[in-house]
Amino acid sequence: MRKVHFKGVALPYLLLLPQLVITGLFFFWPAGQAVWQSFLREDAFGLSSEFIGFENFADVLSDPSWLEAAGRTLVFSASVAALALGAALFLAVQADKQIRGADTYKTLLIWPYAVAPALAAVLWLFMFHPNIGIFGRMLNAAGIAWDYKLDGDQAMLLIILASAWKQVSYNFIFFLAGLQSIPKSVLEAAAIDGARPLRRFWTVTFPLLSPTAFFLLVVNLVYAFFDTFGVIHSLTQGGPGKSTETLIYRVYTDGVMNLNLGSSAAQSVILMILVIGLTIVQFRYVERKVHY
Amino acid sequence: METAEGTRARNRRAAWFTHGWLALGVLAFAFPIWLTLMGSTHDASTIGRGDVPLLPGPHAAENYAQAWGVGGGRYMGVPAGTMLLNSLVMALLIALGKIAISLTSAYAVVFFRFPGRMLAFWLIFITLMLPVEVRIIPTFQVMVSLDMINTMQGLVVPLIASATATLLFRQFFLTIPDEYVEAAKIDGAGPLRFFKDVALPLSVTNIAALFVILFIYGWNQYLWPLLIVNDRSLETVIVGLTKMIGGGDTQNEWNVIMATAVLALLPPVLVVVLMQRWFVKGLTETEK
Repeated sequence: MRKVHFKGVALPYLLLLPQLVITGLFFFWPAGQAVWQSFLREDAFGLSSEFIGFENFADVLSDPSWLEAAGRTLVFSASVAALALGAALFLAVQADKQIRGADTYKTLLIWPYAVAPALAAVLWLFMFHPNIGIFGRMLNAAGIAWDYKLDGDQAMLLIILASAWKQVSYNFIFFLAGLQSIPKSVLEAAAIDGARPLRRFWTVTFPLLSPTAFFLLVVNLVYAFFDTFGVIHSLTQGGPGKSTETLIYRVYTDGVMNLNLGSSAAQSVILMILVIGLTIVQFRYVERKVHY
Repeated sequence: METAEGTRARNRRAAWFTHGWLALGVLAFAFPIWLTLMGSTHDASTIGRGDVPLLPGPHAAENYAQAWGVGGGRYMGVPAGTMLLNSLVMALLIALGKIAISLTSAYAVVFFRFPGRMLAFWLIFITLMLPVEVRIIPTFQVMVSLDMINTMQGLVVPLIASATATLLFRQFFLTIPDEYVEAAKIDGAGPLRFFKDVALPLSVTNIAALFVILFIYGWNQYLWPLLIVNDRSLETVIVGLTKMIGGGDTQNEWNVIMATAVLALLPPVLVVVLMQRWFVKGLTETEK
């Protein structure tokens, strides 16, 4: 903590003002509104509203199609996180070895960080479109009826792959930084003790990497919940049917398309609680790490 | 006992194995781009027929000219030139705006003592837990009542609050030794002078690193522009691109769409590649 400070009260408030005005106007006010609206029933024109307590929440939580969307989101997010983390860890372990051209490999694996989720979806559409995509055509030629616009499972598979593809480079950067901070002497000691590379990885490297892995798990789950909206919107629009409708996509359709404000607000509040939970978990872990 | 020859052979095999996997990884990321790049040099009927080209064709110049100046597909009207400019302005304003207001708020919290200091800090911190996606409708209503729909201010201002940037600058300012502040006071320099001559110059590396991350963040915005812009002259390139694709009809002008995709990809990728060193350092330090 700092012991020496400048005098003055007006100046620091002035310096904080822009940030606080923006957070107040565009974060706290709308978040408060979301909570308030979640207790109201409003007609579609916003002319009248009545207080109905937790009815919106009860409706959402007992709506089988919402529960289905929740289950779908869970499968989607777990698959995206598992794929993106697994591939990134594997590549980072390879790139951490002393080989020629390691820096070139790193650059070539880091650049996809710049690709927007929606753009990643577009690139995957170019590959897997049933008529114009190279792999889409191959699959059809091989006798597999591939059309993600008709088959829900195929649509889900495609948005999982596109979303995970985009996130690998982010995880790669962190895993590589984590691997490089492991002291080589520890690994050498294990090697001298006769531990084979694979055993060295699971008994030495992986435990030392687990804080990074846990941090990334939370980040990837948040990414899969929220940032993949662009992937779904540009690739499948939640369809065919509702087979790729995740919770966040549903908030969008219920609120923006169907103007069902009360229900949309209640769904927002449920998601808000989820994010708050994830953020707290993440920061508690950071605190613990600071101590050791 | 192993022979030296055996060890060397095994090391060579291991190195090949490593190169092989890394090359495969590189390929998995480069191939979709290659495919798009090649597609953007052929005419629409070649792609529409399903002859997926893996080598360059003769139509690059006209495809890019059409994409840049006219636009394409049934979504006629918004040329990529306009959309790229909108994205660039939006990304730059978001990045610079976030950096500016986070620098000043972090400076206030670290270098002053005033009532409500911790409250202000927590208020900024909590915004981490309120992404746009969980407050879509009410935020939209605020935008309507402030008359900010279909404006560049509307695209930018609500996104420039930044908990992460404030946290990073706060952490960095805490490492500036007390002696510097004392020396400045003895020399009669006030807080604004100290900010300009000491705190800001010391933060340059952090600002550069953060700029890359925030520029990408701004460029890649999707839900926000989708919600508050329907004026075509304000269309950003990522949203505009997916509107060009629509339902993904085979009859789309795919060549122009692919040229637009390449153009949409280029600026952020260049920023990441050219500023890689700063960016990697910034990312791993900011987010932990």
